[in-house]
Amino acid sequence: MTDPILSIRNLTVEIPTRHGLFTPVRDVSYDIYPGEIRGVVGESGAGKSMTGNAVIGLLDDPARIASGEIWLKGRRIDHLSVQEQRAIRGREIGMIFQDPLTSLNPLFTIGEQLVETIQLHLNVSAKVAKERALALLDRVSIPDPKVRFDQYPHQFSGGMRQRVVIALALCSEPSVIIADEPTTALDVSIQAQVLDLIKELACETQVGVILVTHDMGVIADTTKKVTVMYNGQVVENGTTDQVLSAPRHDYTKSLILAVPRPQTKLRRFPQISYDSRETNFKIEDLARDWTKVEKSKSGKLLEVQGISKQFLEKSSLIPSWRKYFTAVNNVSLDINDGEVFGLVGESGSGKSTVARMIGTLLDVDSGRVLFDGDDVTSMASAELADYRRQIQMIFQDPFSSLNPRMKVESIVAEPLLHHKILPRDRVSVRVEELLDRVGLTRAAAAKYPHEFSGGQRQRISIARALATQPRFLICDEPTSALDVSIQAQILNILKDLQEHLGLTMLFISHDLPVVRQMCDRVGVMKQGQLVEVQGTETLFTNPQQDYTKKLLTLMPRLAQLSG
Amino acid sequence: MNSHLSDTIEPTPSRLRRILDSDLFYAFQRSPVAVVSSLVATLLILSSIFAPLIAPTNPFDPSSLNLMNGFTEPMTPNAFTGEVFLLGTDDQGRDVFSTILYGMRISLFVGFSAVLFAVILGIFLGLIAGYFGGWIDSLIMRSADVQLTFPSILVAMLIFGIAKGITPVEHRDQMAIWVLILAIGLSDWVQFARVVRGATLVEKGKDYVSAARLIGRRPYAIMLRHILPNVLSPVLVIATISLALAIIAEATLSFLGVGAPATQPSLGTLIRVGQSFLFSGEWWILMFPACTLLALALSVNMLGDWLRDALNPRLK
Repeated sequence: MTDPILSIRNLTVEIPTRHGLFTPVRDVSYDIYPGEIRGVVGESGAGKSMTGNAVIGLLDDPARIASGEIWLKGRRIDHLSVQEQRAIRGREIGMIFQDPLTSLNPLFTIGEQLVETIQLHLNVSAKVAKERALALLDRVSIPDPKVRFDQYPHQFSGGMRQRVVIALALCSEPSVIIADEPTTALDVSIQAQVLDLIKELACETQVGVILVTHDMGVIADTTKKVTVMYNGQVVENGTTDQVLSAPRHDYTKSLILAVPRPQTKLRRFPQISYDSRETNFKIEDLARDWTKVEKSKSGKLLEVQGISKQFLEKSSLIPSWRKYFTAVNNVSLDINDGEVFGLVGESGSGKSTVARMIGTLLDVDSGRVLFDGDDVTSMASAELADYRRQIQMIFQDPFSSLNPRMKVESIVAEPLLHHKILPRDRVSVRVEELLDRVGLTRAAAAKYPHEFSGGQRQRISIARALATQPRFLICDEPTSALDVSIQAQILNILKDLQEHLGLTMLFISHDLPVVRQMCDRVGVMKQGQLVEVQGTETLFTNPQQDYTKKLLTLMPRLAQLSG
Repeated sequence: MNSHLSDTIEPTPSRLRRILDSDLFYAFQRSPVAVVSSLVATLLILSSIFAPLIAPTNPFDPSSLNLMNGFTEPMTPNAFTGEVFLLGTDDQGRDVFSTILYGMRISLFVGFSAVLFAVILGIFLGLIAGYFGGWIDSLIMRSADVQLTFPSILVAMLIFGIAKGITPVEHRDQMAIWVLILAIGLSDWVQFARVVRGATLVEKGKDYVSAARLIGRRPYAIMLRHILPNVLSPVLVIATISLALAIIAEATLSFLGVGAPATQPSLGTLIRVGQSFLFSGEWWILMFPACTLLALALSVNMLGDWLRDALNPRLK
């Protein structure tokens, strides 16, 4: 066996704060061998990126390496001077960042950026550098490198940009590449291609890759060895097969379980609690004091008839000079009583716009939305207030969907007070009950949103949505901003709501496995149009449209776990 | 930082405890500039509030004045009466220390009121422009742009001139203070409106505003209850810096003779009166009010500067 190119030994990083010493990375050790991809996985804040930053000497002040050693090709690099570290950074260790939009300079062409980087590191003539840049572009499978060479980053799509970033990282023929969540900002369809490229390159150039991610699916597909981090510590270290088939730590188990299986439909999302302080969602209590949901007259709770929406792209005084962008084009769908209707599609396909039109947050340009037979788009304000009481929405980003300046109590009480559902003096009791039911303690009422984690905030959102006892719930990517391990909890809560309370749901997601588990019927959207509506099983086993087939083949799989 | 399930910890601390524990107070304690300037500002503000208790004489009570005391040097006994004055007296025998305390009262009152007026007007127009957008936004922001092309002192003088023209002569002196407040406030609202509009545009795109709209809250309820608390911190910073500028603007107007009347002298009026004696050797009549103005404006301004840096996460 060859020696490791990079080895991290008992690395501890600490940040002095006014509340004492904070240790985001504790006693972390792992090795990278040539041509090997090592996955580093863990939830946000687990210290994955911090370890990477320590390796390349990019720790932000006042963070510092407290103890431990970092060896690169037999040379100790953790105590080098700033100049020496700069020589290693980019030259010996390449970086691929999460967001391809911000890691390229928008003012220079791709070619200029590549040539500059190559000349900086390799000391060659401009001509040689250009040849090498073209070869690199070709190597990362960018079609027509000669034409693309003179284009600016904005002329590239997200996936193409990430390929350019990979090419940039390869410029100096580094021995190690640190890829920090390289595919998180990309659509699923592009994610697979970029991962394949990284895999090929590692094999071919014998570069060692540290692949930092929070997605066990990515790990299973791409890596041979994996390090699982939890709370700043390594909890698992071994080959990917070994860790996936026989995980030792509860956190690893929960991570693996959290990857939804696309193949089979389960009743509940498996969930392992690795934190003993966790409290549970009390669906029975909630169901007890929930007034029975009335059935709609026709069996169809919501009917959407040919809605369209255009956004102004370029404003002008002269109407014919104005430019519009059609976000939603003639979409029709029905949602039955007690059904979970899934809406899938890539980002920008108009899913959220449809949800916002149903929720009256956006006016429709044409078409109608019928709720229990009544036309929502032409309602007077009194009827509209009644409609709004019966629908609620759960948003994607739990950090922006709660007002940071309001206490949790006022946030949950707002719909109760606005719709005058309860007399003022009974509201606070009801709020405490609701918080208790979604698994938060009563003490939560007096706190502000920033004191909670992402999953807890999403529970607060759910408590707010349930306050008016709605019949219809719109979930707009409710778990895509959460850690995978939390995702299962929230999805189970939503499932319970649908089963025990008979809620009807519109569930929007780009995550196909999740949709398969959650939904009864699924609609597929592409560029503002609804291309296919099917029962979930039919859609996943026998898709009719080419676009749906393409989406399905790109779905990440956990092959080892498909049993 | 793992803030998992933080709601299981101890109950919420009291308000005072929270202020003392806050990062802002922590940063404040560690900044000598902030501590010193806030001490100076507090001392000046308190002494002007309690001027009637501190001042040895009431400079606006003609019966207490003695013309024989005119032009007494600081800390020197008067040649005729033998009285000693801490900071000397002016031409009419008024104690300079007392006039400064009373003058600062007027300066601060005008400054605070003008900024308050500008803040309320700016927030109101900025919120409306940002939240509704469209032609209302264009109308408000274009008139703001037009006003910005004139120097604010010119705008203030214009307003002062118009107000003087339409108020009856016998009320002119009483009205002067209120006209000053109106003039300075109106010339100052633009920056507040711009900042609030920008912040409103950001906040209204966030999902908590969507959630409130989904509940069915009316636009004004959303603006006041949801957006306003989230746009206040930049306003607080600009308001502090504006306070210093408003005090100086008031002094400038009074110095030019279009501000506070001689019967109700502000610091600016005192400086105007004092400058005519500067070259005849009676330096104290000018210097002490001028230094007070400097200390007041500088300390408030430094406090505002520090607040801006402390609240800016990018500079941390």
